[in-house]
Amino acid sequence: MIAVHLPILQVVLPLIAAPLCVLFRARDLPWAIAAVATWTAFAISGLLLAQVYSVGVISYEIGDWAPPWGIEYRIDALNAFVLLVVSGVSAAVILFGRDSMLAEFGRSREYLFYTAYLLTFCGLLGVTITGDAFNLFVFLEISSLGTYVLIASGNNRRALLASYQYLILGTIGATFIVIGVGFLYAMTGTLNMVDLAGRVQAYGANTTIVVAFTFLVVGASLKLALFPLHLWLPAAYTYAPSMVSAFLAATATKVGLYVLVRFVFTIFGPEFSFVTLSLGLPLAILALVGMFVTSTVAIFQNDVKRMLAFSSVAQIGYMVLGISIHTMLGVAAGLMHLFNHALMKGALFCAVGCIVYRVGSSRLDAFAGAGRRMPWTMAAFCTGGISLIGLPLTAGFVGKWYLVLALIDRGWWPLAVLVVLSSMLAVIYIWRVVEVAYFRDPLPEAGPVEEAPLSLLLPTWALAFANIWFGIETSLNVNGAFAAAESILGGFGS
Amino acid sequence: MALTDAIAAHFNYWIVIILMMTGFYLVIAHPNKINKLIGLTIFQTSVFILYISFAYVRGATAPIIVEGWDDYVNPLPHVLILTAIVVGIATTAVGLALVVRIHRAFGTIDEDEIQPLLTDP
Amino acid sequence: MNAADLILVAVFAPLVGAFLILVAGDQRANLRDTLMVLASVATFVPVATILPEVSAGGLPRVDVVEVVPGLPIAFEVEPLGMLFALIASFLWIITSFYAIGYMRGHHEGNQTRFFACFAIAISAAIGVAFAANMFTLFFAYEVLTISTYPLVAHHQDSEAQRAGRTYLGILLTTSICLQLVAIIWTWFAAGTLDFTPGGILAGKVTGPELGVLLFLYMYGIGKAALMPIHSWLPAAMVAPTPVSALLHAVAVVKAGVFTVLKVIIYIFGTETLRTTGVSEWLIYVAGFTIVAASCIALTKDNLKARLAYSTVSQLSYIVIGAALATPWAIMGAAMHIAMHAFGKITLFFCAGAIMVATHKTEISQMHGLGRRMPFTMGAFLLGALCVIGIPPFGGFWSKWHLVGGALDAGEMLVVAVLLISTLLNVAYLLPPVLYAFLLPPKPDDHDLEVGHHQHHGEAVALHSYGGEGHGHRDLEKRGGIREAPLFCVVPLCLTALGTIALFFYVEPLFGLLYGIIEAGTVTK
Repeated sequence: MIAVHLPILQVVLPLIAAPLCVLFRARDLPWAIAAVATWTAFAISGLLLAQVYSVGVISYEIGDWAPPWGIEYRIDALNAFVLLVVSGVSAAVILFGRDSMLAEFGRSREYLFYTAYLLTFCGLLGVTITGDAFNLFVFLEISSLGTYVLIASGNNRRALLASYQYLILGTIGATFIVIGVGFLYAMTGTLNMVDLAGRVQAYGANTTIVVAFTFLVVGASLKLALFPLHLWLPAAYTYAPSMVSAFLAATATKVGLYVLVRFVFTIFGPEFSFVTLSLGLPLAILALVGMFVTSTVAIFQNDVKRMLAFSSVAQIGYMVLGISIHTMLGVAAGLMHLFNHALMKGALFCAVGCIVYRVGSSRLDAFAGAGRRMPWTMAAFCTGGISLIGLPLTAGFVGKWYLVLALIDRGWWPLAVLVVLSSMLAVIYIWRVVEVAYFRDPLPEAGPVEEAPLSLLLPTWALAFANIWFGIETSLNVNGAFAAAESILGGFGS
Repeated sequence: MALTDAIAAHFNYWIVIILMMTGFYLVIAHPNKINKLIGLTIFQTSVFILYISFAYVRGATAPIIVEGWDDYVNPLPHVLILTAIVVGIATTAVGLALVVRIHRAFGTIDEDEIQPLLTDP
Repeated sequence: MNAADLILVAVFAPLVGAFLILVAGDQRANLRDTLMVLASVATFVPVATILPEVSAGGLPRVDVVEVVPGLPIAFEVEPLGMLFALIASFLWIITSFYAIGYMRGHHEGNQTRFFACFAIAISAAIGVAFAANMFTLFFAYEVLTISTYPLVAHHQDSEAQRAGRTYLGILLTTSICLQLVAIIWTWFAAGTLDFTPGGILAGKVTGPELGVLLFLYMYGIGKAALMPIHSWLPAAMVAPTPVSALLHAVAVVKAGVFTVLKVIIYIFGTETLRTTGVSEWLIYVAGFTIVAASCIALTKDNLKARLAYSTVSQLSYIVIGAALATPWAIMGAAMHIAMHAFGKITLFFCAGAIMVATHKTEISQMHGLGRRMPFTMGAFLLGALCVIGIPPFGGFWSKWHLVGGALDAGEMLVVAVLLISTLLNVAYLLPPVLYAFLLPPKPDDHDLEVGHHQHHGEAVALHSYGGEGHGHRDLEKRGGIREAPLFCVVPLCLTALGTIALFFYVEPLFGLLYGIIEAGTVTK
């Protein structure tokens, strides 16, 4: 019986848990509440995915109001896949968070932190699960508001500026989405995505529809940090606490990408987006330029978190490039990279978090000698890094392989070569860290440093191990991505 | 003559565009962080007006069943905007809280004055 | 155990060894070193056990995991891979002993990391040898690159780091930017990456595109050290000598030329190459590399640098054999993998032994050394003669076949290159031995050396005397034999004798390699 209500529970559980954190603020209780809520959400998303694979699309009517009047939660292979990614990585990160946050944030306002975390988590899940365009905006703002708080809880006072900057840009992005949704509503009189899809696609290239499309694409691009709309991201990831960086890198931009995919493919339809408006070319160009520019910038960073942040922008380029191909292979490759990138950045940011926990800094110098003094942490970092570079037998390889296949399949083989070349840049920036960690002696002023505690290492290694696991046993990420791509492409492009 | 007609016929859009650009300009150009937030609020408000003006039907009444009226204004955008206003207020509140913290941390909320304070690595 | 299990044991035994070495750590050095020797034996035994089956024409195969449909990690043993794996795993045993002597004698730090990475590199080399498709080979090739970086940058000083960056930079850039592109292209054109006798590209890629693809492969395989992407190999000489000996004379560089052979035989197909003539340019490039690298070697006074350029030159013998693509040339190329391995590892062992015993690295300092280190210098002579390629040394057979292959193909230029190169080999390999045996030690050299030892506190050379430290100066004055530790000297004598053994007992090798011609893999 309860199985019927899983879609709403997915969102409501974290939402209810959030105020509970404020009520029960005794030692470690807020964290425990957040952890239980996250793991329950993880379990629910697993069940939902299994349900979608076995019985097909799930439609849940909130308060029994039939769509298109009521709000519908609609779960197909695409958002079930994204839900699993978001809740899965969060489940690992929340375990990592307890000791990491104690060290970086202290205990005094811990309960508020976890409240903000749960709201963000709830918002991200809500954006992904909902089938209502305006509801999506509301959840997007819930997650954004939580994110601002999370980023601002960093130690460095620059975290405040980063959070403020993200608040301004994020609000502009979200407002663009509202404008787009408003125009769509003005044209069609509906907000339900499935309903919208049928009506919008009947209009064709109507001016209002095109304007709505533009606002939505730009708004979503801001949220997913597509180059050159990524300006808010590096500072935010750099100065946020380690756990927050790991959490956001693995989830927030992924949900942003989901929003883009949902609007472009489900509502406007690939025919309109890519044939009538030829969105593919500008997206591909931005993605490629972003890949090279931000990877190059990453090479010159002296703070490892900042380096990883720029790398994230570059990696988003791979996902968007896959989407821009708009063939089955391409979209699947983009979504696969979404899955894989969540794992690798989760592992990398957690490993950096371990260093911060012990050494107190994420600057490159702080890594000197870490290879010997924190061997497990650095081994996890290397695993994540290798996956980022895309060596075979890691998750990163699978995504890149399909991306290259998709590009060649589409006839864009020069781009395929560029994608391969861009991996070299990842080699360089990952290598800088490895070199310092393994081949430089620790700074004399750094005191004795030992391996990070198990409470940090286990979640980090869970993510690092996932990078290897999903590089070998690829049925979940590959088949999942293909199922998702099929669900949004239908017969298009095949 | 035709131009003024065109402007008059769509005056609500013009108001929205003017408000939106005013807000956007403030956000981009003003160094003071509170002024930026004011700009952001104006920017959001312009969208609220856009929604509300969509819903208006000439010669219609409020959506309450009354004898003698057949045309009603669409209530849904109002509801949506109520939600959006709440979101907007929350955003402004968080933004202002951040500005307070920034003032505590840097002693100023002027971007041009904060910039030189960031020379430390 | 069937052959499939044996393959897995051979590939994973070094990995398990690496793990155990890490667990043992620096605190239990003796245990750690024993484990390394055990791991090397545990690698060689399964490899040798597969040999009869492969010699009889069998192709044992094992699929490990299929990452993406049609793209499995799989191993299959064919004659070429058998040969390479045999050499690499056999020489690893000898090198293990040598490394123990060298690393202790030379008081190197970070020995645990060194031995562990060494074992991983061997596992990767066996993986390259046994790879059943280009994907598996590429993976093992990259693991080999990465696992050898810590060995090159072992000393952690700025010179080692610079060399390490050159090493990694060239090998990774070429493999990712060229080789990977070529592999993806191949996959698209042929729909498979399996090594198939006769090649998989015949008729799929034609005309100039075939030439471009060959170019991508040949320069993508940076480990084959074709000019101008050879500079990583001399740079890698900053590594401790066991690394230069086993990895940069045998495992890593041979993995490169082995890949060249595999690509030409099993991806392009020798017939395709001969009929289209796309490998013509490769003959010239390899010929140029042979002569040019030999000339550079002549100018080097540092013994290891000279040997490194010699390796660059010798590797192109194998490339030229592959480019000729006639049965004799392929045979010669494959045999050269074995012959050069024994010859060059001997030379590097000697260079290392000299370093351990006297701290000398320059050839001009080695005058008169033959009297102090007769075994080492004698072995050096044998190794040099093997590389030069005269009977009764193994190197003779490979050159004989290469010349035969060149005559077959009517490439007189190649014959000329091989002859010139042989003369150059004589010119740069024999002088160190001649100086050592015939010239008297330089007068100022003696004082310098004593001062050097005093500076070091404990003279390394004395280890072979069981620590008779007090008699040091007297011994010095008396002259006499002062060899490197036994752990160093015995292995180098063994490999030196191996070069002769390979001349007389070459029959099994012939039989093994003849399999690829008999099976029609390399057509006449």
